[in-house]
Amino acid sequence: MFRSYAATEGVKDEGFNPPDAGDFNLPPFIDGNTFATKPILLAFFSVTLISIFFILASRKSALVPSKLQFAGESIYGFVRNDLGRDVIGHEFMRFVPYLFTLFTFILVNNIFGIIPLIQFPTMSRVSFPYVLAAITFFVFHYIGVRRHGIIAYLKGIMFIPGVPKPAYILITPLELATYFIVRPMTLSLRLFANMFAGHLLLLVFILGGEHLLSGVIGLKVVSPFSFVVAIALTFFEFMVQCLQAYIFTLLTALYITGALADEH
Amino acid sequence: MEGTLNLVGFGLAAIGPGIATGLIFAAYINGVARQPEARNVLQPIAFLGFALAEALALFGLVLAFVL
Repeated sequence: MFRSYAATEGVKDEGFNPPDAGDFNLPPFIDGNTFATKPILLAFFSVTLISIFFILASRKSALVPSKLQFAGESIYGFVRNDLGRDVIGHEFMRFVPYLFTLFTFILVNNIFGIIPLIQFPTMSRVSFPYVLAAITFFVFHYIGVRRHGIIAYLKGIMFIPGVPKPAYILITPLELATYFIVRPMTLSLRLFANMFAGHLLLLVFILGGEHLLSGVIGLKVVSPFSFVVAIALTFFEFMVQCLQAYIFTLLTALYITGALADEH
Repeated sequence: MEGTLNLVGFGLAAIGPGIATGLIFAAYINGVARQPEARNVLQPIAFLGFALAEALALFGLVLAFVL
């Protein structure tokens, strides 16, 4: 699967070709149909997977939970309590469905990066994080406008109280850029770049180990070390993937809190 | 093997966020060690700071590929 792009390019020469950004351009399954690519199918697959899991987990709710129910409720409880209640405060229940969808969707799509046979994090294609960040962007601005009215909301962003008047020349553009450019950009690029870099890192060690195997006998001896590092990095990647899903949801919750707050 | 100066530049740019991440978690560990019950309060703050510092390194990574 990794080699598919490289094989179609036909640019391989004798030496080792380190993996680059081109390795993320997987060809479509059906020729000419640019929609049916692996990341798209993985995104749909993840939605199916999450739906089935949580429907099964919540179908037979009992006072003494089964193992499945317990697993589902732990994930839900984590998002509701640690990300919703502790961050947003008393109005948190309105936002728990969004936070929960976001968290599970990102988590499952990230973990696809290390599941054998799938091994492609959907979020390493930049369009997916862009869309998620855009949704968060509209959600928190919409909430802010609904709560304060558009003029008071923009005034709250642009003119922080308790600042000397001349300082507004500097602070107002910075605050506007923070709310309308930096926040959605950092939110999407952080997720994208983490998944991209992590996948590239694994590619380097796995393809490197494979290339060493085809070398002289001295190089063949070193090759297993490359694979061992690749396995260790896979576990590291698992940690990063969970962390990124957590951070994306946490930041969304924090932005919502900021929009709801009476004084910015 | 070939490459561009971009990659050296990214290596240099990653030093700052690396140090920053170390400082953030050092402060977090210190805080939890002194007052273990403050862990739940400190954890989101620590990860938020970590995410902000790490974003800078990742912008460098993206730019290293784009430029």
